[in-house]
Amino acid sequence: MTQKSVLLATLLLSAAFPAVGRSAVEVPSLSAAAGRYAITPKSNIGFAVDQVGGGGIKGRFGKFSGTFNLKAGDLAHSIVNFELQPESVSTGQDRVDAFLRSGAVFDTSHFEKITFRSERVEQTGPDSAHVSGTLTAKGHSSPESFDVKLTSFGDRSIAFNVSGKIFRSRYSMDVGTPIYSNVVQFDMMIEGQRD
Amino acid sequence: MPRSAADRYDLLTIILHWLIAALIAGLLVLGFVMTRSSIDPALSFSLFQWHKSFGMLALLLAAVRLLHSWLVVRVKPTDGMGHAEHLAARSMHHVLLLLAVAVPLAGWLIASVSPLEIPTFAFNTIVIPHLPVPKSDAAEAWWTTVHAVLAYSTLALVLLHSLAALHHHYHRHDGVLARMFPRRHRSAETSIRELKP
Ligand code: HEM
Repeated sequence: MTQKSVLLATLLLSAAFPAVGRSAVEVPSLSAAAGRYAITPKSNIGFAVDQVGGGGIKGRFGKFSGTFNLKAGDLAHSIVNFELQPESVSTGQDRVDAFLRSGAVFDTSHFEKITFRSERVEQTGPDSAHVSGTLTAKGHSSPESFDVKLTSFGDRSIAFNVSGKIFRSRYSMDVGTPIYSNVVQFDMMIEGQRD
Repeated sequence: MPRSAADRYDLLTIILHWLIAALIAGLLVLGFVMTRSSIDPALSFSLFQWHKSFGMLALLLAAVRLLHSWLVVRVKPTDGMGHAEHLAARSMHHVLLLLAVAVPLAGWLIASVSPLEIPTFAFNTIVIPHLPVPKSDAAEAWWTTVHAVLAYSTLALVLLHSLAALHHHYHRHDGVLARMFPRRHRSAETSIRELKP
């Protein structure tokens, strides 16, 4: 679909449902998008931690999996389950990766997985939502939430931009503060493939 | 400032001398401990940061001390010291003054050339910028070696220097060690010695 027709469709949609408002992509009706999706390896789990004086550490996780279930009449009870293997972290610096895997941060030899289970989904706009749930890492669980924005929607696939800020200190990973920020900024592209 | 030779060190020299001595001793221990591979990585990281903070303080004080010593301080040779002895002592003092600057400078270069670009955030208060040098793993390895060799050479020379000072004090009973202490302490030392038969 061309830019123009997306725009047109968006305009038509917003004209038909004024509450829907403006959006960058064609917003599917919830019933069209409803269903169970598996998160594909094409997704990108990126993060960044700022450091004093500018710059910081940027990285991504290569191994992860998950599912989400969009419920047509009941978006609030849609469910997202996600887990990643911290072992698969990469920052472009082997020494930094080794430090992140060590007991100082992820302690991957004792904690193989970091998981997120959603508890509530709140729609915040025509193509956006706020997902709250529980993040478990290094033996600590804490409520966290992410902002989700629809970026593309096809026949069998759907993609979102997911962003959120996590305080490392909640998971006893606050080594290196205040040189490195306590806040980890997640910027993820999550692509789902319909089951 | 007139450069007439005095028979004792000024207070600034004395304060800087002992502060820098304590810093160097602490930094040698810290530097050795933090680089052991058996140490917990989180502890190691934090010891590195303390090492860099105190190291930068040592650099600042050593630079002041070096300039002050070269531009201002002039002390007379202690009575009873031969020419060669005096020359050896002076050379040792110059080498130590230089090493006290060179060792932390090499440390600053490790932090500056490292591709990890870990900031030097002195005492979690002041960001000390990296020196403007190209970054590479090879340069980091090179400066790490230079820093270690200079640091442990400093340790060896400091031991010689301290042994010489103790020798002067306990065997020769001259004023060499005493004049690196403030006057009150020195006169107390002297009067105790004078009481002895
Ligand atoms: C008088 C000041 C200093 C002394 C006596 C000193 C001493 C030492 C010693 C003994 C080591 C261990 C060497 C080894 O066994 O491999 C060391 C390592 C180190 N020092 Fe210093 N240091 C000083 C200042 C600094 C400063 C100012 C910095 C940086 C701002 C610094 C950064 C480092 C680093 C990064 C290492 C670890 C190198 C590695 O990766 O092995 N040092 N230092």
